Amino acid sequence: MLSSLAGVLFDGFAYGMLLFLLSVGLSVTLGMMNFVNLAHCSFAMVGGYTTVTLAGKFGWPFLATLPMAFLAAAVISFPLERFFFRRLYRASDLDQCLLTIGIVFISVAAFAWFFSTEQQSTQVPGWLQGSVQAGGMSFAAYRIFLIVTALITTGLLIWGLEYTRFGAQVRAAVDNQRMARGLGVDVDRAFMLTFALGGGLAGLGGALSIQVIGLDPTFALNYLVYVLIVVAVGGLGSVGGSFAAATVLGISDMAGKYYFPWLGAFLIYLVMVALLMWRPVGLFGKR
Amino acid sequence: MESAKDYFRREVRWRPLEIAFWLAALLPFVAAPSYLSLASQVAITALFALSLDLLVGYAGLVSLGHAAFFGVGAYSAGLIAKHYWTEPISALFISAMVSGMLGYALSHIIVRFRHLALIMLTLGFGLLVHEAANSASALTGGADGLQGFRVPGVLGFKFDMFGRTAYAYSLLVLFVCFLICRRIIHSPFGLALRGMRENATRMPAIGAPSQAHLRKAYTLSAIMAGIAGALLTHTTSTVSLETLSFGRSADVLVILILGGAGRLYGGILGAIIYMVARDQFSGVNPQYWYFWIGLLLVAVVMFLPNGILGGLAKFSRRTSSTSASARS
Repeated sequence: MLSSLAGVLFDGFAYGMLLFLLSVGLSVTLGMMNFVNLAHCSFAMVGGYTTVTLAGKFGWPFLATLPMAFLAAAVISFPLERFFFRRLYRASDLDQCLLTIGIVFISVAAFAWFFSTEQQSTQVPGWLQGSVQAGGMSFAAYRIFLIVTALITTGLLIWGLEYTRFGAQVRAAVDNQRMARGLGVDVDRAFMLTFALGGGLAGLGGALSIQVIGLDPTFALNYLVYVLIVVAVGGLGSVGGSFAAATVLGISDMAGKYYFPWLGAFLIYLVMVALLMWRPVGLFGKR
Repeated sequence: MESAKDYFRREVRWRPLEIAFWLAALLPFVAAPSYLSLASQVAITALFALSLDLLVGYAGLVSLGHAAFFGVGAYSAGLIAKHYWTEPISALFISAMVSGMLGYALSHIIVRFRHLALIMLTLGFGLLVHEAANSASALTGGADGLQGFRVPGVLGFKFDMFGRTAYAYSLLVLFVCFLICRRIIHSPFGLALRGMRENATRMPAIGAPSQAHLRKAYTLSAIMAGIAGALLTHTTSTVSLETLSFGRSADVLVILILGGAGRLYGGILGAIIYMVARDQFSGVNPQYWYFWIGLLLVAVVMFLPNGILGGLAKFSRRTSSTSASARS
């Protein structure tokens, strides 16, 4: 019982880290521009398929494809932000939802066209395949890798946001966009870069998730809900909040699947609705 | 000087184009008898979109989980037909009551929130109902859906294989609901709803009980969505889990926005275009159908912010104002 509990905690934490990578970009961009971007998981899909293509068709090693997944998703988010999203910053929630759902639909159909609707898989190096024995329990090596990667990314992100000039600009824009503009911060440029960074992180998350949750063209829709839950519960624009929310969500989802399989995803939705009713701005949200 | 009474009387007057539209709705009986079952699907979808219009177009509340009420209505009608009786009209009322009660209960929570929290909560409730129906397979049949019942006919008319009765039934219910909707929209209550859509802070400031109004609108919308769901059950004699899915909530939003929200006819026009287009194009592969829907959505949001009807209204205003200025 105790060891199964530890196993669930470990798996849930690894899953939560994955959700964190997928959603942190959305949290920051939503907090900054109040832009409801439901197409965020499409960027994750771009990253995932980049990895599948590079590793499968061109024989790249798995680790070398990860930076490329980040880059591909970041590069694709530039023109989308410039030509579509930017025009709707002042539009209603409904228009933003509709535009981005449209982009989700297009991406789902486009990936189905180019890669078929089958589940994709990729080969990870041997040292990531086995498991590590410690204290009478075994931990999957890939999940340890996932946790380490996510923690390093989180560290870099927090360092970047707290201690660099660019980070200060981003924080200023999240807290009060008009004031930041008034003080001469180029909010549009900061937002464009943040958007690309967020898209890239989602791409990295998408590439890392192939091994854990699979990848097919409906990924953009299926994981959208999870990503939105993390953002809404964690609070807009809060990296720490997203981290906490993703951890709670990952662990409770794993625990739910392990201990109450008949409940399905019911538990997750219930937790989300309850948390939102209790704190509509999220656990760590200010507005 | 126009009195308030005159204003409402002018608003509620029937325009010739409207009468022509409803007469044209009878055309499929003679012009396209082989498409009558599609026509009844269109009428049901139009009713569903109309119910959402009350919420999105008039009250200004976004909902990403409206299929919950559609599905609850569909399942109620299915369960009544399976376990109790197959008389559809009474079942329609009961299904409307059931989804209306769910709507009323949820409305107390929903109307307190705005922006992302509102979107997430409607999405969350939609998913919760979907998961609940999926898990309670003893009652709902789970992923296989509810089967094994047949509604033989309505008011003495048998459901025929061409869908003639089905279309007449759906169209009649749509028309009755439309009349009620039209009456609501052109009442002081409807005006208050529009006021809240335009400025959510000013309405309470001038003394309108805005939360009570929104609760009422939400309940009414849920009732009508439930009726649409029950109609689908009666005309197809099966209920699938898909009636509760996120896809259906998204589809109906697309339909409404495509036609034009806040214009009563927007949802109906959108339903006609969407359903006919899907019938024509989706034979190839449903995956690719969504590509075109996505493209359409992006185009509508970028270039036609008020939908097709909004674009037409703008166009006709422009031409009439240019002809007026040419005359003077």
